[in-house]
Amino acid sequence: MQLLVNGTAHEIDAPADMPLLWALRDLVGLTGTKFGCGIAMCGACTVHLDGAPVRSCSVPVSVAAGKAITTIEGLARGGVDHAVQQAWQQLNVPQCGYCQAGQLMSAAALLAKHPHPTDADIDAAMAGNLCRCGTYVRIRQAVKLAADMVAGGAK
Amino acid sequence: MSRVSRRDFIKVTAAVGGGLLVTINLSACRDKGAPAGAGKPADPSVFVRIDPDNSIVVTIPKSEMGQGVRTSLAMLVAEELDADWSQMKAELATYDPKYGDMGTGGSSSVRQNWVPLRTAGATLRAMLVAAAAKEWGVDPAECTTDNSFVHHTKGDRKLHYGALAAKAAAQPIPAGVRLKPKAEWKLMGKDRVGIDVGPITHGTAQYGLDVKVPGMLYASIERTAVFGGTVKSFDKTAALAVPGVKDVVEIKGVGIGVNVHPGVAVVATNTWAAMKGRKALTIQWEPGPHAGESTEAYLATMRGAVEKKGAETVNTQGDPDGVLGKAGKVLSGVFETPFLSHATMEPMNCTASFTNGAIELWSPTQFPDMATAEVAKALGLKPDKVKVHTTLMGGGFGRRINPDFSVEAALVSKAIGQPVKVVWTREDDLRHDFYRPCSVHRIDASLGADGMPEAWRHRISTPSIDVSYQEKPPEGGWGPNEADGSGNMAYRIPNRSCEYTLLESGVPRGWWRAVSTTHGIFAVESMIDDLAAAAGKDPVEYRLALIDGVWWKQPPDFGEFPFRADRLKGVLQLAAEKAGWGKPLPKGHAMGVSCGYDHLSYAAEVFEVSVVNDRLRIHRVVCAADAGPVVNPNGARSQLEGGITMGLSAALKERITITGGGVAQRNFDSYSLLRINEAPVVIETYFVETDTAPTGFGEPAVPPVAAGLANAIFKATGKRLRTLPLDIKMA
Repeated sequence: MQLLVNGTAHEIDAPADMPLLWALRDLVGLTGTKFGCGIAMCGACTVHLDGAPVRSCSVPVSVAAGKAITTIEGLARGGVDHAVQQAWQQLNVPQCGYCQAGQLMSAAALLAKHPHPTDADIDAAMAGNLCRCGTYVRIRQAVKLAADMVAGGAK
Repeated sequence: MSRVSRRDFIKVTAAVGGGLLVTINLSACRDKGAPAGAGKPADPSVFVRIDPDNSIVVTIPKSEMGQGVRTSLAMLVAEELDADWSQMKAELATYDPKYGDMGTGGSSSVRQNWVPLRTAGATLRAMLVAAAAKEWGVDPAECTTDNSFVHHTKGDRKLHYGALAAKAAAQPIPAGVRLKPKAEWKLMGKDRVGIDVGPITHGTAQYGLDVKVPGMLYASIERTAVFGGTVKSFDKTAALAVPGVKDVVEIKGVGIGVNVHPGVAVVATNTWAAMKGRKALTIQWEPGPHAGESTEAYLATMRGAVEKKGAETVNTQGDPDGVLGKAGKVLSGVFETPFLSHATMEPMNCTASFTNGAIELWSPTQFPDMATAEVAKALGLKPDKVKVHTTLMGGGFGRRINPDFSVEAALVSKAIGQPVKVVWTREDDLRHDFYRPCSVHRIDASLGADGMPEAWRHRISTPSIDVSYQEKPPEGGWGPNEADGSGNMAYRIPNRSCEYTLLESGVPRGWWRAVSTTHGIFAVESMIDDLAAAAGKDPVEYRLALIDGVWWKQPPDFGEFPFRADRLKGVLQLAAEKAGWGKPLPKGHAMGVSCGYDHLSYAAEVFEVSVVNDRLRIHRVVCAADAGPVVNPNGARSQLEGGITMGLSAALKERITITGGGVAQRNFDSYSLLRINEAPVVIETYFVETDTAPTGFGEPAVPPVAAGLANAIFKATGKRLRTLPLDIKMA
């Protein structure tokens, strides 16, 4: 089976029902995508599948094969951090940081769809991502900052 | 202490690769208030290294779990060293007694390292200055330092620390170094972004679960669902038939103080195969002595216990029973809180490699010293045959103090004779935690003619945390530690008592961020609010008039930080002022207040809420905290914001219940945490920086939350909620 991760093809030997999460972590060797719950309730494992955010713990690897998979390791392009990464760094969002890969992937997908998200848009897109350290206040600020950065760059 | 003159305790050597390594022995500066369970290593030391590439590397003797300790401790060194912050690096220490107390808990890391790490930085700086002065043939007094350079003030010469490191190593060690007063700080007291934020946002930060060692297998363990249960028999045939499964081994339990649950481990070539193999196991369990226990039964017992005199009298002042007996009106409140799970986002895990009678572990542990000792004991090894590498951890909150997951991985690796990573599922993590004890508090109080409390009798029943770790009660009984936040509250009431009755339970209990104050302060601060309302007085003014000394000293052991009423009043006044307490609010909005001290720090919080159609909205939270001087204000604010958010999660959502002697909840579908759409959009945090040595910000923001919110809801609705989680829906 072949997985296309961050633009690179990886040949893996996995049963069809193995969740994409474990294929990425154990077989491809990309551990930036985190395991949090295994039932798509926490969002720590969020990756993009053909640009759409999915919970990789609940997507069988056979479904992901043949699609473009983007993980946190591939969010920066050409050595330049994505706006959400820059905003997260600037506002010092992470505490333990474990959930933040998933938060960043959800936020990047949100901005791709809604360049100027309202608080309600942020709630809808980010409510599936738990943070136990309690960084929600800063996550909300950073999503807005990233939106401003993108808008500013487009001017 | 502003001067340290223990030259015997400082050692400077050339580091491998040409740098300079400073070793500071800490026995002269050891903190007196070490948390429970911490050992007293013989030769604790701090290591700071200047590499020839100009980077300055601090070996961090504490675990990083999101509290920002790698940043704040590096700042202590960098400040005194006058280092270029962009060149500072932090390395996590592999457990060694030479680092001293590596246990990370009790908001103690900055407090414990305040003098030693600054001394290390100042010592290094003095030696670098001496080396530069010698190089230039000038008086060291003519030299200044800044951004990792030594400057000669009478010329335009300067040398970088990296170029001076080797020469500095040959300089005499200064007999005493001066530590900067706050007015001279350049780095500390200013916002710093966390040292790990870059790697975290790129997905390259390595947590325990990300460890990979050569030849490593993966294990998933089916543990007894009933606390105290054991494996009667099991059939591994079907599990071994799952592709990728290599082995199936039984894990015997390890008892009190460790709490490894009996179970069966399935070992495979990847995590998914191990999990699938585990599902294919057939296990017969011996349910053990706790199988009949339930939350309903616990509640009935605790509710009964607080209706009569407690089994232990924690403390008494005056004659509360007599005064209450004669009082015209007694105000009473019964407050109930559930078991809580830590629910760190990174589930428990540990990687262990047993070979040739020695074992190496990569563990996301808060207490590598305890992990080392317990692994050695469980495997029958000498501690020097156990090497524990602390990894970054995806949250700790007290859960990772416990050595259970480290010992368990060690047992699996020894059984299979191969390196193995034991991965806990979320279900494992939620169902085999060390839970914040459930509790029932009953407070009876009466007011004098002036409306101020005359008598206060506080009865508490919990399954004590200490029972999970020790056979015999601490001196003073099981009660005192459970009554932290209750028996030691700071309100002046002439007739006051605190009583305690232990609940027997098979559920493992542990330290959950801020520990007993999470339920004690909920009861006290809710009740005080009720008394203020009954007296017709303003809740802030009422508290300010009552905050007094703490006459009962156990717990906490205040050590060098005696309780100060002015600090508690100070945060309360600042929070009220910043919140606009007493000023007109938008229609339908109401404010509630709460305050307390925890782990030697002080916090007060004001919650602005509205309740429309029985639905709660939290508009704004304002917090003021005093932990002394603030090293990294940005990180400290993070801790306060996080403490408040975690406190809200517990106040509104979280409840572990017990049925049939085991945990009823399974995953985040049945154990709910606060989500972003429920979290306040505005949390404002302010500091009172009392001129003392710093304490810590990790915990003190948590305890006031539940009462502050309940008090706001009371103000908004007239309804007093006394059970956690609060019975109210979010808008």
